[in-house]
Amino acid sequence: MEWLQLLQRFFSDFVRGAGVTLELTAVGLTLGFVLGLVLALAKIYAPRWLSAIATAYIEVFRGTPLLVQLFLIYYGLPSLGITLSQTLSAYLALGLNSAAYQAEYLRGAIQAIGPSQMMAGRSIGLSRWQTIRFIILPQALRLALPSWSNEPISLLKTTAVVFLIAVQDLMAKAKRAATITYNPIASYLAVAAVYLLMVFALNALLKWLERKTKIPGFDIDVKRV
Amino acid sequence: MSKPILTVKQLTKRYGSNTVFENIDLTVNEGDTIVIIGPSGTGKSTLLRCLNLLTKPDGGQIWLDDQEITAKGTDEDHVRQHIGMVFQNFLLFNHLTALENVKLGLVRVKHMPEKEAETKALEELARVGLADRAGHYPGQLSGGQQQRVGIARALAMDPRVMLFDEPTSALDPELIGEVLEVMRKLALEGMTMVVVTHEMGFAREVADRIIFMEKGSIVEEGSPDALFYHPKFERTREFLWKITELYGKKEAQA
Repeated sequence: MEWLQLLQRFFSDFVRGAGVTLELTAVGLTLGFVLGLVLALAKIYAPRWLSAIATAYIEVFRGTPLLVQLFLIYYGLPSLGITLSQTLSAYLALGLNSAAYQAEYLRGAIQAIGPSQMMAGRSIGLSRWQTIRFIILPQALRLALPSWSNEPISLLKTTAVVFLIAVQDLMAKAKRAATITYNPIASYLAVAAVYLLMVFALNALLKWLERKTKIPGFDIDVKRV
Repeated sequence: MSKPILTVKQLTKRYGSNTVFENIDLTVNEGDTIVIIGPSGTGKSTLLRCLNLLTKPDGGQIWLDDQEITAKGTDEDHVRQHIGMVFQNFLLFNHLTALENVKLGLVRVKHMPEKEAETKALEELARVGLADRAGHYPGQLSGGQQQRVGIARALAMDPRVMLFDEPTSALDPELIGEVLEVMRKLALEGMTMVVVTHEMGFAREVADRIIFMEKGSIVEEGSPDALFYHPKFERTREFLWKITELYGKKEAQA
């Protein structure tokens, strides 16, 4: 139970690290959601050239390692005259990367809601955009939620790579503890426990969100169509 | 009673080389109930969707009152709020209650204040006999109730004309009656209606004019009596005979 003692000793350090990790997750997820939604909408509703750009974006960001993207942003962009702080680079890399994944979850759901709801919306005089906003998205987001819930969990764990550009997240704190105590096993076990705790909490939050947004009889209807 | 609300001239729709219908002429006068019948795949539903521009026709013109809505630069969203549509599969907004389904267009399209829209939406639900279901979601309603909400949603916009696209085809037989009852009431109140249906009892009783369509063109049109008892074409007689055989008994019970 060395790792428990270590957890105690570095408790405040780990809490700060966990705070940074949660921040990275929250910012990455939010940025990824906004951009992902734009990409999904572009892919489905935009003119062909714009839709092609969205597709290319998704393919590139899902097809290359996050670490490569992070290094390109942090080490590569300065050569173009854009220098970003470590934290900003981390936010950007996580957000841009997550957007590609979230776009795919959202696209699937929007397409499942389908052209028939668009037709229904247009039939009472709503514009295309109004129909997307008031009819299609509220249903698509609910439909996407169960599978989309993988993304926050996955992203939370993925944030660990940012310690490589010296962002002081939970992983960086683990490395620091390992260096100080010469006990890498206990250090990494300790943060593994913290990560696990955060994942459990996040999971509970997502389940709550799913329950809260549930519409009676809605899932049945979607399956039937 | 003879003021034309919808005027259709030489309307044509093609998908690639496949012609759905061609050179359709049609006039719908104020207060008319027009029933379009015909075999499946003859373009009845597509014709209906062209009438409110949900599908773009490839040729011909449509006038709503005095406005040519097929003209370039027409504000289609504006046109559609004046042409109500009821769909075969109801197509209610599944994430909204019955009341919200009816209210949405009033608030978002007509920019009615929330309170006023709510009152009006409740009135429309009462009109289709569903005031007590206002808080139910579509998934909690029977097919017949869903379709009546669909009718209320369209009615709420105070349309000039209502289009019904096989409104009872997706319903269990015992639920058809309640929907037809609402439609019958609307017709009696003087609502202008264009109905695609296989319900011959409804057609015979309510229609001012029946149009028999086949293979993308109008074969014959006339009063129910003329079509049922003195059809000009053998094909019309054949179709009516078959369809009455199929649906007639069930309706005799209803």
